[in-house]
Amino acid sequence: MINTLIEMFSYTFLVRAVVVGILVAICAALLGVSLVLKRYAMIGDGLSHVGFGTLAISTAMNAAPLTVSIPIVVLAAFLLLRISENSKIKGDAAIALISTSSLAVGVIVISLTTGMNTDVCNYLFGSILAMNKDDVQLSLVLAVVVLAMFVLFYHKIFAVTFDENFAKATGVKTNLYNMLIAFLTAITIVLGMRMMGALLISSLIIFPALTSMRLCKKFRSVTICSAVVSVVCFFSGVVISYTQATPTGASVVIVNILAFMLFWAANSIKGGFQNEKV
Amino acid sequence: MALITCQDASFAYEGHIAVSGLSFQVNSADYLCVVGENGSGKSTLIKGLLRLKTPQSGRVMLGEGLKPDGIGYLPQQTAAQKDFPASSYEVVLSGRMGAKGILPFYTQDDKDIAGKNMERLGIGQLRDRCYRELSGGQQQRVLLARALCATKKLLLLDEPVAGLDPVVTQELYRLIADINKNEGLTIIMVSHDIHSGVKYASHILHLKNTQAFFGPAEDYIKSSVGRRFIGETAEGAHRAEGGE
Repeated sequence: MINTLIEMFSYTFLVRAVVVGILVAICAALLGVSLVLKRYAMIGDGLSHVGFGTLAISTAMNAAPLTVSIPIVVLAAFLLLRISENSKIKGDAAIALISTSSLAVGVIVISLTTGMNTDVCNYLFGSILAMNKDDVQLSLVLAVVVLAMFVLFYHKIFAVTFDENFAKATGVKTNLYNMLIAFLTAITIVLGMRMMGALLISSLIIFPALTSMRLCKKFRSVTICSAVVSVVCFFSGVVISYTQATPTGASVVIVNILAFMLFWAANSIKGGFQNEKV
Repeated sequence: MALITCQDASFAYEGHIAVSGLSFQVNSADYLCVVGENGSGKSTLIKGLLRLKTPQSGRVMLGEGLKPDGIGYLPQQTAAQKDFPASSYEVVLSGRMGAKGILPFYTQDDKDIAGKNMERLGIGQLRDRCYRELSGGQQQRVLLARALCATKKLLLLDEPVAGLDPVVTQELYRLIADINKNEGLTIIMVSHDIHSGVKYASHILHLKNTQAFFGPAEDYIKSSVGRRFIGETAEGAHRAEGGE
């Protein structure tokens, strides 16, 4: 086991990918708690599809993927947020509309330029080889910024997540903090998308939060627990994908499913004990 | 000047006038109960008082140094909150957030105020319990403690006893009346329950998309609007009991 790890980390591209991946996993897990509780989980999914479209366009334009993707996905995040707050339009339908449209645009752009090839598969399902050195530096900076913002605004995010009406009534600028959450989510998704794949990145947001909610009872412990769960699952997933030669993104998701089932079982057993005591 | 003064105010909801002709005053240490049927404009009035909605016409004025964000608000519970993983203390402490502005972290002062308000409402021992595992009455007390953290002057309660059983309902009413009497906090409560309203409140505001009645609770019982509404709900309750 130790030997495998030493062997793994003798490849610099793997070290880079794992470092960025762990930071993205932490960001996604922290934001995920708030998104899941606010019933915004689908926004993450919608954004990753928009991200796919922007990846295709940036490849066609021969531009750096992150610099094209980030502004467009951030814009899409604000748009989706507005849509889901506006009760006149059905939020889930609008999200489906935007995600399928971006998928279609992406596919058309790819087929007109490079043609359908392994790149497309990598965009959809992720590849550990996707990051070059410049990407890694930008990703590291952005991930640290997302983390710092989350810590700084943690209490505000709690207030807005638990009860938006109350927060608004007592003078908290809820729109601003909702936009902050959407903004941070958009950046996190773009950073993680190429490694995890456009179809799988939203699992990093949803799974750790749901997993830790099985067992934890406080907002702070849910937040910390989901960050830990997310990192452990990501790391195990990468190791498994290295040893078994399975795709990285899918391996991470599989480990997340196992963790979820484990926590769920632990909660049922705990609940059973408590019932017996009574 | 009164704490809240409404001058011929009206509020619209999605383009339609929801409630109009509001002219009333709330003085310091009053206990105002707002009654009316569903859709009579009660929720819209609450949004207006919280300044989440600007009046379509007329004016709402706050006096005696009351700021819009200095109102302790107890909203109705949302479905998402019912299974929210948070400790009672985390929820109560979040009542201090509005006063902090841009500052990111709570001070010892904030924590003391949160702890004190929990003790005062008799939920000090629930501090570390998970909010979603509390009973309906305990949850309401947690939210009331949070509202107290946000105000020194005025509590605005939106159907605080909705979904509670009769015993817990009476306990909560007594607690609110107690806060009003002993601490001199002004209370504005929106309620369906007119009987407890006239029992505990000092003033009644009856809405029927306009202001059907405003005045002291004693006068309301004698007024024609009041007599009819109290009679109707008593009859309704009677019928419901007979049906069981």
